Amino acid sequence: MLLLNYSQPLELSGIIESVDTFLRTNMSPGWATFVEGVIVCVAILALYCIIALALIYIERKITAFFQARLGPNRLGPYGVIQSIADMVKILIKEIIHINRSDKFLFYAAPFFVIVSSFLAFGVIPFGIDLQAIDFNIGVFFYTAASSIGIIGVLLAGWSSNNKYSMLGAMRSGAQFVSYELSAGFALMTIVVLSGTMQFSELVEGQRYCWNLFNGHISSIIAFIIFMISGHAETNRGPFDLPEAESELTAGYHTEYSGLTFGFFYLAEYLNMFIYCSIATTVFLGGWMPIQIPGLDALNEVMWYIPSYVWFFGKTGLLIFLSLWVRWSFPRLRIDHLLNLEWKYLLPINLVNLLVMVVIVLTDTSLAGLFPSLLATN
Amino acid sequence: MKDIKEVILDAVSNAVIEEKQKLTVTVEPKQLHSLLEALYNNPELPFDYLISLIGMDWGDKLGVIYLLSSTKDLSKEIVVITATADRENPLLYSVTDLYGTAHLNEREIYALYGIRFINNPDMRRFLLRDDWNGFPFRKDYDENPDLNPITVVSQEIEDEIPRIIENEKGELVEETVHVFEDDDYIINIGPQHPSTHGVMHFRTALEGEIVKKVDVISGYIHRGIEKLCENMTYPQILHFTDRLDYMSANINRHALCMCVEKAAEIEIPERAEYIRVIMDELQRISSHLLAWSSQCNDLGATTAFIYGIREREHVLDIFDKTCGGRLIVNQNVVGGVMFDIYPDFQKDVKAFIPYMRKSLIQYDKFFTHNAIALGRMVNVGILPIEDAISYGVTGPAGRASGLSCDVRLHKPYSLYNKVEFKEVIRTKGDSYARYQNRLDEIEQSLHIIEQLIDNIPEGPIVAKVKPVLKLPEGQYFQSVEAGKGEFGVFIESHGDKNPYRVKFRSPSMAAVSVMPLICKGEKLSDLIGISGSMDFVIPDIDR
Repeated sequence: MLLLNYSQPLELSGIIESVDTFLRTNMSPGWATFVEGVIVCVAILALYCIIALALIYIERKITAFFQARLGPNRLGPYGVIQSIADMVKILIKEIIHINRSDKFLFYAAPFFVIVSSFLAFGVIPFGIDLQAIDFNIGVFFYTAASSIGIIGVLLAGWSSNNKYSMLGAMRSGAQFVSYELSAGFALMTIVVLSGTMQFSELVEGQRYCWNLFNGHISSIIAFIIFMISGHAETNRGPFDLPEAESELTAGYHTEYSGLTFGFFYLAEYLNMFIYCSIATTVFLGGWMPIQIPGLDALNEVMWYIPSYVWFFGKTGLLIFLSLWVRWSFPRLRIDHLLNLEWKYLLPINLVNLLVMVVIVLTDTSLAGLFPSLLATN
Repeated sequence: MKDIKEVILDAVSNAVIEEKQKLTVTVEPKQLHSLLEALYNNPELPFDYLISLIGMDWGDKLGVIYLLSSTKDLSKEIVVITATADRENPLLYSVTDLYGTAHLNEREIYALYGIRFINNPDMRRFLLRDDWNGFPFRKDYDENPDLNPITVVSQEIEDEIPRIIENEKGELVEETVHVFEDDDYIINIGPQHPSTHGVMHFRTALEGEIVKKVDVISGYIHRGIEKLCENMTYPQILHFTDRLDYMSANINRHALCMCVEKAAEIEIPERAEYIRVIMDELQRISSHLLAWSSQCNDLGATTAFIYGIREREHVLDIFDKTCGGRLIVNQNVVGGVMFDIYPDFQKDVKAFIPYMRKSLIQYDKFFTHNAIALGRMVNVGILPIEDAISYGVTGPAGRASGLSCDVRLHKPYSLYNKVEFKEVIRTKGDSYARYQNRLDEIEQSLHIIEQLIDNIPEGPIVAKVKPVLKLPEGQYFQSVEAGKGEFGVFIESHGDKNPYRVKFRSPSMAAVSVMPLICKGEKLSDLIGISGSMDFVIPDIDR
C-alpha cells in the first residue's frame, strides 16, 4: 500500500497487530475472535465515556469563553476534574420514580437513545486501523443507526405522563424526521461523488482532495446542509426546541433523574461528536493527513502526525463551529424550523443531488478536471 | 372647550365635586357607570385611561376610588369616588366594558374587600384563592390564623367562573360559566417556570402549538404590603416599595417619598434631587438591561443574557458603593437621601456612560438584526394602541404601541422639567418595537445623566423632618415613570402617624392583564417571548 511508503512512528497499527498475533498464536481462531471482540467493545465503551467527559469540559470552557465567564475552575487545574466529579454525582444520584408513568417504556427510553448513539459511534474511523467494523455500507448504517434514537425520545415524552415532555417529544419527532431527510440527502450527494458508502474508501478517496472541494459548489452546499441538519438532529441550539428550557423546562427528559437522565445527556454530547466526525470523514478527508502530490517532504512530515490526531483535530474544529453557532443564536420557533427544512433545505438538497450527478457524469469535479494533480489513482 | 365640571353635572346632576389635590367627584354607586361613560366619551378630553382603581373601607362604607386621566393630556386627572353602605353583600357596577384594566383590579378588590362588581365577566378572586375566609383588607378582618390554616394538601384550581350580570330588564342574575372547554389541552406555564420571571401562573389552553386561551392566576407571593403599611409609620413603610418592582426599587421609593413630602409640605434640598434623579436613571438602565437580557434568554439566546448582566454589574457596583445596596437601593428617605455620593461617584458614572454606549452598539450587532431573533419578534404579540390605553399598559411597552405616556414628560416631577430628553415612541406595537424601545431608552437615560452629573450642587442632602411624621387629612397621589411604566402611590391619611390606606399602582399588573389578549393565536414559544417583551415582575403584581 501507498501508506507504508511513509514512516508513521506514532500510529497504533503496530500494537493492534501484535495483540492480534499474540491472541492468534495462543488461542483457537474462534476464541481469539471472541476475545478481540470483547476488547474492541470495552475500548469503544471507554472511548465513548472519555470523549463525553472531555466534550462536557470543553463545551463548558468554550461556552464560558463566549459568555465572558470563567467556566469550571475549582476542581483541579483549570477545573479539569469537574466533569469527572459531575459523572460521579450523576452515577450516585437517586432515580426518582414517577407515579402514573408507563414504567416499562419510561425506563426503556434512555436505552434506545444511548444504544443508537453507540451503534453510530461504532462505525467511525478514528484513524488508520482504528475502526471497529468497516461495512461496505457504512454511510447507510450510520444513517439507520442514528435514527433509532428518536424512538427513545418519543417514548420518553409519551411515557412520562407530563405535558411539557409530551410537547417536547412531539417537537422532537417532527424535527428529527424532517432533518434526517436533509442529512441523508447531503450524505447521498457525496456518495454519488465518491462512488462508495464504505468509510475507509471514502477516506482513501480524499487523499489529495477533500470531498468538500472535489465536488466544489455541490459539495459545499451539501456540507452546509449536513452541518445544519446534524445540528438540528442533535437538538442543540438554535434547534433545541425539544428541550427549550425557557419554554418546556427540559422538554422530553423533564421527568428523568440520575443515570436515566445521564443517558440522555451523554447521548446528546456524543451525538454532536458523532455527526461532526461523520462530517469530517465524509467531507474533510477523515483521518487522512493533508497531502499534496509531488511534495514528498511535506507529505512525510504530515504523516509524522498520527492519523487519529488529524481526525480529532478536524472533528474538534467542527465541534467548535457548532458551539459557536449554539451560543450565538436565539432559538427558532417550530414553524420556522419546519419551514427551513421543507421549504428551503429539502428542495435545495434535491436539486443539489441532481447537480452532483451531472458533475460526476460530465467529469467536472476537481479531480476530474485536474486528474494529474488531484486524482488518487 | 366645555368645562369638565359641566360634563360631570350633565351626566350626574347630584354629583359632589370638590377641588382637592385633584378634582374629586363623589357619586352614588348606581350613577357611577353613566358618569364614567360620559367622561370616557367626552369629545374634547376623553378620560380613557384608568390609572388606578383603589378599594376602600371607610368603616361605615365600602367603596372604590377611580383615578382617571386622558391619553390626550396626561396632566389632567380626575378622582371619582363611589361607596356602598351594604357591608354584607356590597355590589358596585363594573367598568370593564370601558377600561380593560378594570378587570383584574376589580377581581383584586373583590378578594381584598369583598366588593363584587356587576357585569364583570369573570368575578373570581384575584391574588387570593376562592376559599379564603374573610376579606383581609377590611378594617374588621379577623386575623386569626385558624380561620385560614396553612395546608400542605394539593389544592385544585376551580374551573368555574361566578359572575353577576344585569339583564335587559334590569334584574341581577348570578350565573356560573367555565374558563376552559372540556376537551381543551391545558398546560400550566408556571407558577414554577424558568420564564415567567417569578411565580406567575398562566393556565394555557393549546391547540397543537397554538395558544387558544390564557388564564392568568397570580398571588403566589402576595404579601399584603398595602395592609402592612396601614400599621406602620411613614418612614417605616419606605422599604416596602423596594420589594414591589425590585428592578425599579429606587424609583418606586422616590414616588412614595415625594408623595409624603408633598403632603407634609417638606422642601427637599437640591443636591438630594440631583442624587435622586441620577440614581433613578441608573436604576432605569439596570431595569432595561435586565429586561433586555431576559427577553433574549426567553428567546433562547443565553449569551445575550450574560452580556446584559455584565453591563448591569457596573451599575450595581455604583449602587453598592453609594449606599451598600445592590438590587435594593436603600437611598431615598423622606426629606432627601440617606447617604451622600462617594467621592469617585462622578468619575465612575462618567466612565460608565461611554462603556454602556459601546455595549449598546455591540447588542445591536450581536442580536438586534439577527434573522432568527427578527423572526421571533417582528409582528409577534401585537398590542394595538386602543388596547394599550384600555389596559393601561405604559412604559416602554405602551410607548411601543404609540401611546405617549412618559410620566417624566407629561407630569414632570423632581428635575425632569430641567433636563432634555426624547420620549421614545414606536407605533408597531409588536415584541420587536418593545425590544427596541428599551435599548433606545437606555440611551436617553444616559443622556439625562450626562446633563446632571457635572452640575450636582453642594449643600445638605436631607431636609429637617420631624421625628414623628403626621400627614394632614386627605388623599394624596403621586406618579412616577418606573422602569416598566407608570408607578403610582396613593395615600389616604386621617391625620395619624400611620396612613389609613396605601395603594400602589403597578405597571406590571397592566402588562399581565393584557397577556391573554395579545397571546391568543400565537405559538406557545411566542407566549414566552411576548411575556419577556412585556417585562413584568411578579412582586409588583402580588403586592
